[in-house]
Amino acid sequence: MSILIISRLTIREAQRRRLLLVALIMGILFLTVFGVGFHYIRRDMLLFPPGEQQENFIYGFLLTAGLYATNLLVTIVAVLISVTTLSGEVESHIIDAIVTKPIHRWEVVLGKWLAFALMVLVYLLLLTVGLMLIVYWQSGFRFENIAYGLVMMTLGALLVLSLSIAGGTRLSTLANGVLSFMLFAVAFLGGLVEQIGGFIRNEAAVNIGIVTSLILPADALWKKALSAFQPRSFSSPMMAGPFAATTEPSTLMIVYSVVYLVALVLFAMWSFTRRDL
Amino acid sequence: MSDLLIDAQGLRKEFGPKVAVSDLTLSVQRGEVFGFLGPNGAGKTTSIKMLLSLTAPTAGTAFLLGQPLGHIASRAKVGYLPEHFRFHEWLRADEFLDLHGRLYGMDQRARIEAIARLLKLVGLEERAATKLGAFSKGMLQRIGLAQALLNDPELVFLDEPTSGLDPVGRRLVRDIITELRGRGTAVFLNSHLLSEVEKTCDRVAFIRGGRILQIASLSEFEAEAIQVIVRVDRPTPELLAGLALFGRDVKSGPSDGRILLTMSDPALLPAVARHIIDNGYALYELSPERLSLEDRFLQVVGEVSDE
Repeated sequence: MSILIISRLTIREAQRRRLLLVALIMGILFLTVFGVGFHYIRRDMLLFPPGEQQENFIYGFLLTAGLYATNLLVTIVAVLISVTTLSGEVESHIIDAIVTKPIHRWEVVLGKWLAFALMVLVYLLLLTVGLMLIVYWQSGFRFENIAYGLVMMTLGALLVLSLSIAGGTRLSTLANGVLSFMLFAVAFLGGLVEQIGGFIRNEAAVNIGIVTSLILPADALWKKALSAFQPRSFSSPMMAGPFAATTEPSTLMIVYSVVYLVALVLFAMWSFTRRDL
Repeated sequence: MSDLLIDAQGLRKEFGPKVAVSDLTLSVQRGEVFGFLGPNGAGKTTSIKMLLSLTAPTAGTAFLLGQPLGHIASRAKVGYLPEHFRFHEWLRADEFLDLHGRLYGMDQRARIEAIARLLKLVGLEERAATKLGAFSKGMLQRIGLAQALLNDPELVFLDEPTSGLDPVGRRLVRDIITELRGRGTAVFLNSHLLSEVEKTCDRVAFIRGGRILQIASLSEFEAEAIQVIVRVDRPTPELLAGLALFGRDVKSGPSDGRILLTMSDPALLPAVARHIIDNGYALYELSPERLSLEDRFLQVVGEVSDE
């Protein structure tokens, strides 16, 4: 009950501070740019049709690029909207009159987490499903295992969100922002190193990637989503880099990510309960 | 349930090597207005934060409404106006009170009734639909006070409730405190505005350097707080020692033979005069003055204060 009061308050704050409105407008702008760009590229390509397989490859490439941008965008939004929520209210003492009510502190943390998770989920679905529909309507091309891939992307975004909320129970807003973004960057870089390592068969590079995935499995989940989306025929060395899943993370990595996510949320609840305000 | 709404035993808070509060031992009864006085940095806010479980004590125990610190359900009957009264500025005044009513677990009918009543009480009924971001400091203080009283608390903590208020607002807070006492609510008032405390409190504690120096009722203070100015032709150490039998804090004045003496019983004044004359001194002046709470505060806490 108290959890839902906090969730409602958090969503109302996002609405009153015009966060939802701006995010919606920018999301529509993002989809429009993609849709228009896709339209013209496709029109030019069809002047000299390269054959169905090549066409699908290009559609898939463009859609992957769009999803990649979405993944990055949603991750950044997840950090931005949540990075100040606990530390900011602690610094401004807004939290003092809340946590002295008959409510557990962990309920405050969980209520906020739920509200932000809902916002991140809706935003992610809006953008990814929007991209996929644009491509499908114009070209009839569609990815495979969409639901599974979207769950992986959602899990990745929620991981970063939970990291920023957990950091906010102890760190100042700025330190927390730096921590969240840097960990994400390290995971991203590690993923890149792992991929190149996989391509040139360098074991050390692969291991670096695995270690950074253990530190923060966000990039591994993106790879997992990609390998679910893309047909097998896409595994071309030409597409090495963040757009391809040459090294698909194991299923164990998904289990690890879920455990990691739950542990982060539990840590945030525990840490905020113990903290002096 | 016991009538002891606050019962703190040896609460202590250390921040690393620094001791913010060394020993907080006090009790507050139902219907009592308890003033908590001390200079800035004395540990007042840390003490309140420990009692409200915002900060965990390093040592010691305390009970609020008969329950150990941190007991969630008993907080439904505890109100708190924080010193830094920053609230969600994007909420309207009525939405803000509704939020806190929900957090108290009040049902909708109770919330609607209490919000209308309290907005009127603090004189903000016209501003129900105004966002808190547009409120002045004094108005925020008033809405914060309404927030603290939403659920008819048995115990209210007010941390510097009058600091942002004009004289009319201060009067309002004073009247509200008086009314709360009449209804049996205990008020823990943290303030450095001594005249306010003098007008509202039943008992006061003086705190400095994280230590309670004295707890006494205001009537005790009034009774014992007589400062006597004695002027004689030639003050001697023997005379000062003799006067110490009648009171405390005997001090030789800066010049002109004046001696300052704090007494509790005015009936002893003639005996003081007799003592001086019988010992062969010429008595020029013997004038008793009632000490204000401020004088007592400065005596107990010392004049050094960083305010």
